[in-house]
Amino acid sequence: MSNDESIRTGFYVCHCGHNISDVVDCTAVARYASTLAGVMVSRDYKYMCSSPGQELIRQDILEHKLNRVVVASCSPLLHEHTFRNAVAAGGLNPFLFQMVNIREHDAWVHADRAAATAKAQALVSAAIRRVALHKPLQATRAPIHPDVLVVGGGIAGIHAALTLANAGKKVYLVERQPSIGGHMAQFDKTFPTLDCAACILTPKMSAVRSHKNIVLWTYSEVAKVDGYVGNYTVTVRRKARYVDENLCVGCQECIDACVFKVPKFPDPFNLGMSMQKPIYIPFPQAVPQAAVIDPDRCIQLKTGKCKKTCVEACADRKAINLNQKEQLLEIKVGSIITATGFKLFDAKRLPEYGYGRYPDVMTTIELERLVSSSGPTGGELRLRSGKPPTAVGFILCVGSRDMRTNRWCSRTCCMHSMKLAQIVRERTGAQVTVFYIDIRAPGKGYEEFYDRSLQQGVQFVRGRVAEVSDCALSPDEAGKLVIRVEDTLAGFVRRVPLDLVVLAVGMEPQADAQEMRRILNMSCSAEGWFLEKHPKMAPVSTFTDGVFIAGCCQGPKDIPDSIAQAGAAAAEALALIDAGGIDQEPNTAYIRGEECSGCKSCISLCPYAAISFDAEKQKAVINPALCKGCGTCVASCPSGSIGQNLFEDQEVFEEINGVLDYV
Amino acid sequence: MSDMNWQPRIVAFFCSWCTYTAADLAGVSRFRYAPNVRIIRLMCSGRIDPQFVLCALADGADGVLIGGCHPGDCHYAEGNFKTFRRYRMILRLLADMGVAGDRVRLEWISASEGERVKTVINEMVERIRALGPLDIPGRFAACDSEILESADAIRLPQCKETHDVVPEVVHG
Amino acid sequence: MDKPKIGFYWCASCGGCEEAIVDLAEDILRITAAVDLVFWPVALDFKKEDVLAMPNGSMAAVFINGAVRTSEQEEMASLLRAKSQFVIAFGACAQLGGIPGLANQFSRDSILNYVYDGAPTVVNEKHVRPSVRCEDNNRTLTLPEFRSVVRTLEQIVHVDYFLPGCPPTPRLITSAIDALLTGKLPPPGSVLAPDVALCDQCPRKKSKPEQIRFAAFKRPHLTSMDSDLCFLAQGVVCMGPATRGGCEALCPAANMPCTGCFGPTSRVHDQGAKMLSSLSAAVDAKESDQVDAVLAGIPDPVGTFYRYALPASLLRFSANIGSAAVKETL
Repeated sequence: MSNDESIRTGFYVCHCGHNISDVVDCTAVARYASTLAGVMVSRDYKYMCSSPGQELIRQDILEHKLNRVVVASCSPLLHEHTFRNAVAAGGLNPFLFQMVNIREHDAWVHADRAAATAKAQALVSAAIRRVALHKPLQATRAPIHPDVLVVGGGIAGIHAALTLANAGKKVYLVERQPSIGGHMAQFDKTFPTLDCAACILTPKMSAVRSHKNIVLWTYSEVAKVDGYVGNYTVTVRRKARYVDENLCVGCQECIDACVFKVPKFPDPFNLGMSMQKPIYIPFPQAVPQAAVIDPDRCIQLKTGKCKKTCVEACADRKAINLNQKEQLLEIKVGSIITATGFKLFDAKRLPEYGYGRYPDVMTTIELERLVSSSGPTGGELRLRSGKPPTAVGFILCVGSRDMRTNRWCSRTCCMHSMKLAQIVRERTGAQVTVFYIDIRAPGKGYEEFYDRSLQQGVQFVRGRVAEVSDCALSPDEAGKLVIRVEDTLAGFVRRVPLDLVVLAVGMEPQADAQEMRRILNMSCSAEGWFLEKHPKMAPVSTFTDGVFIAGCCQGPKDIPDSIAQAGAAAAEALALIDAGGIDQEPNTAYIRGEECSGCKSCISLCPYAAISFDAEKQKAVINPALCKGCGTCVASCPSGSIGQNLFEDQEVFEEINGVLDYV
Repeated sequence: MSDMNWQPRIVAFFCSWCTYTAADLAGVSRFRYAPNVRIIRLMCSGRIDPQFVLCALADGADGVLIGGCHPGDCHYAEGNFKTFRRYRMILRLLADMGVAGDRVRLEWISASEGERVKTVINEMVERIRALGPLDIPGRFAACDSEILESADAIRLPQCKETHDVVPEVVHG
Repeated sequence: MDKPKIGFYWCASCGGCEEAIVDLAEDILRITAAVDLVFWPVALDFKKEDVLAMPNGSMAAVFINGAVRTSEQEEMASLLRAKSQFVIAFGACAQLGGIPGLANQFSRDSILNYVYDGAPTVVNEKHVRPSVRCEDNNRTLTLPEFRSVVRTLEQIVHVDYFLPGCPPTPRLITSAIDALLTGKLPPPGSVLAPDVALCDQCPRKKSKPEQIRFAAFKRPHLTSMDSDLCFLAQGVVCMGPATRGGCEALCPAANMPCTGCFGPTSRVHDQGAKMLSSLSAAVDAKESDQVDAVLAGIPDPVGTFYRYALPASLLRFSANIGSAAVKETL
């Protein structure tokens, strides 16, 4: 022990209800801890994180003049902050504290009570040895830049941006596509209220465009993020649109004037069911309401040999600029909300359902466009033959809840399919059958919506569909698509002839989710969804402070949940901004002044250029504002002349010794 | 320590962002694994001083497990590459010092790979079990028994610090 | 008042430390005038009996050089410890194990087998080995026991101060003796040299770049070394950053990199591990095979990073020197 003050440690082991005490003998751990050097008080308690638990620590600090505290409970990533506050409430420096993880790393992963208790004791010994060396530290406070970046202009991003902007914060909204709106813009109606998607989305999209606090950059991507919470420098790549969106009024005269008289390129908004020209406006309600030119299709951009009738048509407005170049813009923000959404499962991956082979097998999103009044048929549902359908089947869980593809439930497909089923019944009077595994309708008003589907005569067959084929085995199957399915309620295999099969495709992480994750220094779940800091307690935070997540990039969810999350993420960002600053873990490295030989070995190892060489003193210097506390330089200093707060060499050596204490 | 009761003792150094979090996830997911590994949290695997590895072995660990973020995913950009390079040299050093390379293992485990924590720990425990005890403190003691008679005092280098404070214990 | 009594002794050493005392040149006259040299087997005819005859604690200080490998060395160290107020580990071998300590990579048997049989210059048809005791013409002859490992002096007896170096420099020796004579001593257990690494006083310090990456390591005897540029900047392993200063950078001044004889600073437990860490981390490669290729430029990590400090390191000796080997010979 380094100093004169004698160590007086309080030790607390938490039962966590039964979570810990069922496997670890907490009384034995407390008894063991009481035999360790410096331990003045050793207690076990049902819930240390509760108010009485925290109060226990505070009282003991005062009563027993404790100068160190160790709590053995859950992961420090969960409750270290809680207990540091409790220690501070007792008048002690909050860093004279060490936490032992005996829940996630012990009770929850072991069954053998003796072994788990021995492990707990070793971990406790390590912490009690280590804490004796702790020094009082001061958390540094980093200022928060008040501007926020929202990545992704779907409904989640739009809602987050508007919430922040309405609170008076400047927001940069970056969207990859030429228009904001995301998947919701493609929907006809929304469940369970069946209100028109466009009617509720379009006003929000326009509000984004006109809001004085929002800088909207569509057709743009985040290229690079540097910095840390409160102080991010973001590089945004603005792709060349070849139309100045501030000058374009969306009159479409350029589109009419295009040398391509007839639209001949598949329109992605309508999933290729309609055609567009090289110059186009993505969809009627697009925001910004500005044309965009596809450089792979525009004759001028491809060959330089076009009459440029579009430029002519735009005339004095001069909105079209065929020399526009991609731009890299750098912005400073304090926090980032990631709302980059999802992609739909590719139904071709399940060839037994015939998608891509039978023209009348389509996905839910394609049907969505077909029943939309702004869709390729103006809302009229027709088979590819032009006839109205008479028997329509929906196959649920296509690319969801399936060991062969994706194991997760996409959460929206049951409701989405029932909504479409009702619309199809209403518009065509066709017989509609839904083939399901389980109907999942847990939201507010969702079960009622299921009832309504039943009342409207939608039929439900429980069973995973084996195949869709056009092989007729009887006259009534001739010319039809036949679904073969085991009806698991009736207990026999059905053959159901239909003329339209709709595949309820599930959600998947964006194809470039990994790249995005790296740019933002986030983590992904094994499936590829962005990982929240805690599934319950911090659902929109990430492990990177100041980076929040909202909407389907975190996992499949419907519109109400996406908006709720977006609001939560906006609130988290607001809380950060309005707090004015954020306390940073004081785990920075520092040069032990006189002891440094100036060998410069550390300088090139720092990823943040936080170490510089003081030419006058001939020693290295670490700038604590730039140091992020990784400790790589500490581990490398050949003469042991770099220390790291909270992770001093000697503290780790004590921990090593402690974990090897076998009782 | 009798061979009958011997259980592998493994010290793990996990980075806070990936592997420690993955071990938390393994807990949340209730994956059961062998109780022989004691995890020490560091902010980055780059903080792992080779002295820590040697100290763990010298103090009685039969194996050391190092866990960090996957290459390219380090929270601190490249700390894990620095760890990897050190690890390659540590293996050679240990080989020359008669310690089988299998006793020190480096694994990249991301925050989402809770199941991998289970697999790696179980594999590691089995591997060490097959190798048998390393027991460097026992080797020190056995070796030093030859000098006990002639020496008036023996001091051996170790990173242990002795605690001679006698606690006045209040049971809660 | 009597002059303070001083002794010198050597254990497993090359004799260089004794030379270092002679290297004090004229200074030695000043010192011998100030002290009474009561024991120095290399230079003066004293016997063990003379030491045994001294009252305990009667010597002011004894300087012991060399590592400890035999039972005789242990015995003498213990004896001198009892007779002296201060024991000073003199030189790298006594402090850290030194070059003889590199033997800790090999078992006693393999060493004896090589020395008494395997070496190309040895003919030993009867495979004779030295033994602790043998009878010859009714006389009993004894030899000290060759211990299973090399130890530092501190691993045998309590040591008050350490004078580092292979050998310690005249300047450090004189200042240590002066400190003893004037009683101006640092805290017990100190190493009597600055606690800052060698680079601090290296004449090449300024030539080391701030950004250093190793694309290859070069060995001193296979490369032509620039006489002014930092060795590490030339890709030559120099232990200077991990080695205590105080030697006045004699080796770099003579165009040879530091090999680490002054041992680590007080903040480091294991000199070799620290240098290994620093050099490996800065290797300019990411892929496993490329990293290995660069590190292959250091063909002998123990000999490079632990040239003087293996017995004082965390692992002390090879794990192949097991407990079984010890039991065999007892």
